[in-house]
Amino acid sequence: MLNLYTRRRIINAASLSISVLAMLFGLFWLCWILITLLDHGLPALTPVVFEQMTPPPGSAGGLLNAIAGSLMMTLFGTLIGTPIGILAGTYLAEFGQRGWLAPVTRFINDVLLSAPSIVIGLFVYEVYVVKVKHFSGWAGTLALSILVIPVVIRTTENMLRLVPSTLREAAAALGAPQWKIISFVTLRAARAGIITGVLLAVARISGETAPLLFTALNNQFWSSNMDQPMANLPVVIFQFAMSPYADWQRLAWAGALLITLSVLTLNIVARVLFRQSAANH
Amino acid sequence: MNAEKTITPKLIVRDLNFYYGKDRALKDINLTIPEKMVTAFIGPSGCGKSTLLRAFNRMYQLYPKQKATGEILLDGENILDKKQDLNTLRAKIGMVFQKPTPFPMSIYDNIAFGAKLYEKFSRHDMDERVEWALKKAALWGEVKDKLKQSGTGLSGGQQQRLCIARAIAVKPQVLLLDEPTSALDPISTAHIEKLIDELKEDFTIVIVTHNMQQAARVSDYTAYMYLGDLIEFGDTSTVFTNPKRKETEDYITGRFG
Repeated sequence: MLNLYTRRRIINAASLSISVLAMLFGLFWLCWILITLLDHGLPALTPVVFEQMTPPPGSAGGLLNAIAGSLMMTLFGTLIGTPIGILAGTYLAEFGQRGWLAPVTRFINDVLLSAPSIVIGLFVYEVYVVKVKHFSGWAGTLALSILVIPVVIRTTENMLRLVPSTLREAAAALGAPQWKIISFVTLRAARAGIITGVLLAVARISGETAPLLFTALNNQFWSSNMDQPMANLPVVIFQFAMSPYADWQRLAWAGALLITLSVLTLNIVARVLFRQSAANH
Repeated sequence: MNAEKTITPKLIVRDLNFYYGKDRALKDINLTIPEKMVTAFIGPSGCGKSTLLRAFNRMYQLYPKQKATGEILLDGENILDKKQDLNTLRAKIGMVFQKPTPFPMSIYDNIAFGAKLYEKFSRHDMDERVEWALKKAALWGEVKDKLKQSGTGLSGGQQQRLCIARAIAVKPQVLLLDEPTSALDPISTAHIEKLIDELKEDFTIVIVTHNMQQAARVSDYTAYMYLGDLIEFGDTSTVFTNPKRKETEDYITGRFG
């Protein structure tokens, strides 16, 4: 019979090793992915990528139209989805104490949050693309905004719930009406967390392929008309990577690296913001 | 301590009962709070003293399952009446909480937030009101050069005085203090107790405290509560030196609670 202290030490060492192994296992794949990406992507990431349009096979070209399209659709998708998400999340956290509407909304939002994005793409295809009879940047924007909404609702609600109820009481005790309490005190206290949520939503949609395949499709040429089919990085990567042409494949790697880097940057910014706000409390 | 003052009732509680869902937390409370004096509620945890305090500004209405029956008269008007507008009531009856609750905004805006809910201010008037409130709360000297800085950056004791300044900036008639020093160190506590003594010149003060010495130090009247009943109410020196009820004596002498 080992004494208690030795036994605890063994268990401690064992659980520590298992945790470290699990971490190494996870990191291994992540590093492999990143290294492969850098290996193929970096040589392909030349200035030309940012200067020229997607080329026909065999000729030189870049990704300018796809980068611009992705930026525009991500921007508009975020602009549409964020206010809706923040308002709905605020409703759930601040007004949803009574009645059935809030629990039902929360449940549906959870479903939407985990819905495969291809379903959203098909949905927009059916209700919008089929009706107007052509693919377009707006359709892509619509699909992306539907993906943004549940993420923002969830983070807004969670962040508002983290605001201590004493802060609400303190504002109410001054005789402030509820809309003032929410807009000047609780939303402000939760601001950094909500911005973090929005940034994570942007990170999520900037790599989505399936919803754009059915909505924005692609465009070989420069187009800033949101009512026309629109080039975008994920779909270009999808098409170019699957092609037999080496120069297209190189461009696909460059695009993949670009998306990864921008998502990484967004995540870092989100973390820094969140840490700053945590330090303030 | 208060022999010179004439006693005017400010708040009169009549047959007040309070419920958390089905639990009855206050039982037929009858009590008169005198104007411009300090009244302390003491008693062991869960006795209902905070509940009673939170009935005076109807704080409980933020929570769906809490309700009060009976009457609380503020200058003769029943504030539990459905017709009573909540926000105007809370402008008349201010509150400071156990933990400091600075809003995530500048020191200046913290004070201005409540004040400008009810009055229109020019810039100059607002500057004056902020200065007045901070001086009343004995904080002006420490913060006058950093009014634009965040209120959350102050120390705990300063934050609590900021909250007191914020509450009095609205110019309420009654100030409710819910264990205002229990999260503070002894020096900050002394600051705030001194402040309470000065504030009763202008405001009727009701304070909930766990600390019996504090009740003895700052209050003119003391109510001892136990399990939702008001056991004894009287002027502080009598309650502490010559309590009428045995339960009060047991609690005060530390034999219980």
